[in-house]
Amino acid sequence: MVAIKETVDQVKGLDVEEYKYGFVTDIESEKAPKGLNEDIIRFISEKKGEPDWMLESRLDAYRRWRTMTEPTWAKVDYHDIDFDDLYYFSAPKTKEGPESIDDVDPELLRTYEKLGIPLREQEILAGVKTSKIAVDAIFDSVSVVTTFKEELAKSGVIFCPISEALRDHPELVRKYLGSVVPVSDNFYATLNSAVFSDGSFVYIPEGVRCPMELSTYFRINEPNTGQFERTLIIAEKGSYVSYLEGCTAPMRDENQLHAAIVELIAHEDAEIKYSTVQNWYPGDKDGKGGIYNFVTKRGDCRGDNSKISWTQVETGSAVTWKYPSCILRGDNSQGEFYSIAISNGYQQVDSGTKMIHLGKNTTSRIISKGISAGKSSNTYRGKVSAHRKATGTRNFTQCDSLLIGDQCSAHTIPYMDAKNRSVTFEHEATTSKISEDQLFYCQQRGLNEEEAVALIVNGFCREVLQQLPMEFAVEAQKLVGISLEGSVG
Amino acid sequence: MLSIKNLHAVVDGQEILRGLNLEVPAGEVHAIMGPNGAGKSTLSYVLAGKAGYEVTKGSVTLNGENILEMQPDERASAGVFLAFQYPMEIPGVPTLTFLRQALNSQLRTRGEDEMSTPDFMRLIREKSAELKIEQDMLKRAVNVGFSGGEKKRNEVLQMAVLQPKLCVLDETDSGLDIDALRIVSDGVNALRSPDRAFVIITHYQRLLDYIVPDKVHVLSKGRIVRTGDKDLALELEDKGYAEFEETAA
Repeated sequence: MVAIKETVDQVKGLDVEEYKYGFVTDIESEKAPKGLNEDIIRFISEKKGEPDWMLESRLDAYRRWRTMTEPTWAKVDYHDIDFDDLYYFSAPKTKEGPESIDDVDPELLRTYEKLGIPLREQEILAGVKTSKIAVDAIFDSVSVVTTFKEELAKSGVIFCPISEALRDHPELVRKYLGSVVPVSDNFYATLNSAVFSDGSFVYIPEGVRCPMELSTYFRINEPNTGQFERTLIIAEKGSYVSYLEGCTAPMRDENQLHAAIVELIAHEDAEIKYSTVQNWYPGDKDGKGGIYNFVTKRGDCRGDNSKISWTQVETGSAVTWKYPSCILRGDNSQGEFYSIAISNGYQQVDSGTKMIHLGKNTTSRIISKGISAGKSSNTYRGKVSAHRKATGTRNFTQCDSLLIGDQCSAHTIPYMDAKNRSVTFEHEATTSKISEDQLFYCQQRGLNEEEAVALIVNGFCREVLQQLPMEFAVEAQKLVGISLEGSVG
Repeated sequence: MLSIKNLHAVVDGQEILRGLNLEVPAGEVHAIMGPNGAGKSTLSYVLAGKAGYEVTKGSVTLNGENILEMQPDERASAGVFLAFQYPMEIPGVPTLTFLRQALNSQLRTRGEDEMSTPDFMRLIREKSAELKIEQDMLKRAVNVGFSGGEKKRNEVLQMAVLQPKLCVLDETDSGLDIDALRIVSDGVNALRSPDRAFVIITHYQRLLDYIVPDKVHVLSKGRIVRTGDKDLALELEDKGYAEFEETAA
């Protein structure tokens, strides 16, 4: 992915605390007043021109959220969030929504150019810049542009901002929204259900193999603004889609909140592959600032023989709380979770997955690679459960932790719950340190210390990196190296 | 080429090298032999710059350049290569990837252009054929699951690809059967050249039947106590090191 490649090239020369995406775009924006109440929710809903049922659903979520408290079970420690001191809606000021790329504020286009995200289709088609990937670019609370929509439409694929889907395909959204992550699922999910602003919507019709990679690029720009995006992907019977998301934010001293929901629905024989490269601002070297990343991601293997695969490379955010999960409802359905979570500086990561086996002969596979450096804390938390009727279920879990230095920590917390006798659960876990001897061996061959660490860590993550779409994997490898700069010596 | 003067080095607070002098001219192969604990491996690590091997006195220059001031990777780029007694495993990193990165890192450090993929592949095919290394081995992770012979052949392959000025071989013969020893020695002999120097550290004379040295030095208690030609190795094989342990004391 070009965005990451550019990071690599430019960050190379900088210190560890330098964060490439740390610039702020100077653009006029339209915000709802600070704080959260029913009026704000009405404001958001009206801005988006939503149907009444959506507004009602938001208000219902808001009322529930008021009665809930933040979860405290995760192994993360952060300042209390003052939910009344946040902006819940911020949009770059334009006339009505952009009709075409030419209506988009040039300042915004420059922002994405800087990030290496090509938004002009002709540039992508003309240049050798990148292979063809359709992009939905989300800036603060709104989607600014979606590329290749028409070409996708030819094969019946819908790829658009969710706010647009609410207007153009309300029946689809209504049928599926909240069907995987219910309104009252958890504190952050409920908050998201009340205030979500934008996100991507993907619909792959029966039997269609999506002709290109789909991708969403999230960017938080405004200060004190929460980003609450919502992604919904539906793969009809026998269809296939591969989807990537990338995230960055400016460097700011205060913490910013990101509380997203992603829902995936795979019908019979369908397959969804969801890849994330999360590089939100992690805070400075003293642990000041950075994104709070509290995200609920869940996929529902609703039909028989369906498959959902999550791959994530998590290098950013001050605090991460994220468990992309699979509900294996259909018989013979498969769930996969491949994760690389890197923490450096004062970052705190509590991440993992849940594999909920409900159907017969369902299988799941979890490969988690945690790398901690600096003074960071890195926890894998995973749950594998098999329902009484989920006979013949199998799970394989492998959790490997790698420590760099002696001031960081790694934790592995697996939960397992089998309610019938025909279940096979396997769990393997290792913890290791990069040895001085390994580093010396690499250095003796000419690699400098940072190159050596990057090489060893990339080797450690190899099984997961191989799961990423090809060109994305090459860049992710470099990102791995960069995230760990300054972690030794 | 290599000039070591009055070298003293301390490991874990203990002085292991105590005034070592050694001159190895370009084009020559020098063997260092000696009893266990004489400081043979310490010498190899000091030359390569391993952390924890502290030089307290003396100098080491390579073609007039003081290498003691350099980081290990800078020494490598300057032409110092150490073939390890126990090569390290790097899980998940294919041998080919490792070789390529090592070569390109060195080229970069020297301010030269990186090698193109086709040129690199040609080089690898040629060098690995000479060492009877299967392409399959190059795809496997560095030294992971390699036999003793494969590990040592891999060290010599790296040497052949990186083309160093000074090659230090630390007990390269240990753990090798006679066939592997022959392949490795042929590989080393093929690299002998008028502008390259070798320091071969070994406990046994056996290796020197295959890699014939210009000089043999006996290292004992941290210093060179005797220097001779290849016949000295045979004498040591015959009489053992006892004599030198006493004289050095």
